[in-house]
Amino acid sequence: MSTQELTQTSAPAKDARNEPALLPPVDVVEDSTGITLYADLPGVPKDRLNVRVDGDTLLIEAEIVLAMPQGMQASHAEVQRTQYRRAFTLSRELDPGKVAADLNHGVLRLRIPKAEHAQPRRIEVQVG
Amino acid sequence: MYSSLFPRDLFAEVERLQREMQQAFDPVSPSIRGFARGYPALNVGSTPSSVEVYAFAPGIDPAKVEVRLERGVLTIEGEREPAARSTDGKTTLHVNERFAGRFSRVLSLPDDIDPGAVNATYRDGVLRISVPRRESAQPRRIEVQ
Repeated sequence: MSTQELTQTSAPAKDARNEPALLPPVDVVEDSTGITLYADLPGVPKDRLNVRVDGDTLLIEAEIVLAMPQGMQASHAEVQRTQYRRAFTLSRELDPGKVAADLNHGVLRLRIPKAEHAQPRRIEVQVG
Repeated sequence: MYSSLFPRDLFAEVERLQREMQQAFDPVSPSIRGFARGYPALNVGSTPSSVEVYAFAPGIDPAKVEVRLERGVLTIEGEREPAARSTDGKTTLHVNERFAGRFSRVLSLPDDIDPGAVNATYRDGVLRISVPRRESAQPRRIEVQ
């Protein structure tokens, strides 16, 4: 739009963990080599996404940034917060060191591979 | 009277209070098409010169979204594909919360909008529709001679 436009974000919270946040809906798909997690995070630019693994906890935190014209007043709001947060507990066969994240059109795709030793192995049955 | 037989029905009273609180904190009144929790979620804002609609529609192909404005009614329609799955049948879907399928949301806009100059952009999964208000409807300062 015009030059008046500015990017608004809420002031960073002192302790983000205590702030109420939106719970993003997710899909979790498992195949033989790992788990793929999709999370809906509309309004989140790449630099406001924070995915981290702490011990066996996978934590997704993100912040919505919307371009809003100056002086806009909300008249109807179904999304009433600007933070997303969701945590998952990883099971032991997953390799937290190899999590790959990709954010596209507001959808986060996380690929968490299974550790080498947990990969399925086909055991040949010998006929004696 | 029933109420005098049970003058202190505390549970009912607490429940009623809870309902009232919920309504007070949730300014979104239930819509006839569901409790305003559809896909995409909508935020609407207004300025003196425009009405801004933000549709939280992650993971869609912007070319396949249809945005229509007809007699002051804005319609957002499209389809969202389910998460990619390999076809070998060896995958397990553990959690399935994300919306998939056709969607349609309808919103009626104020009377003073200019339907000829609507602007829609898609960024980071948010579809923003900016509808300007008519010049004549915008507040104007009148000089006193």
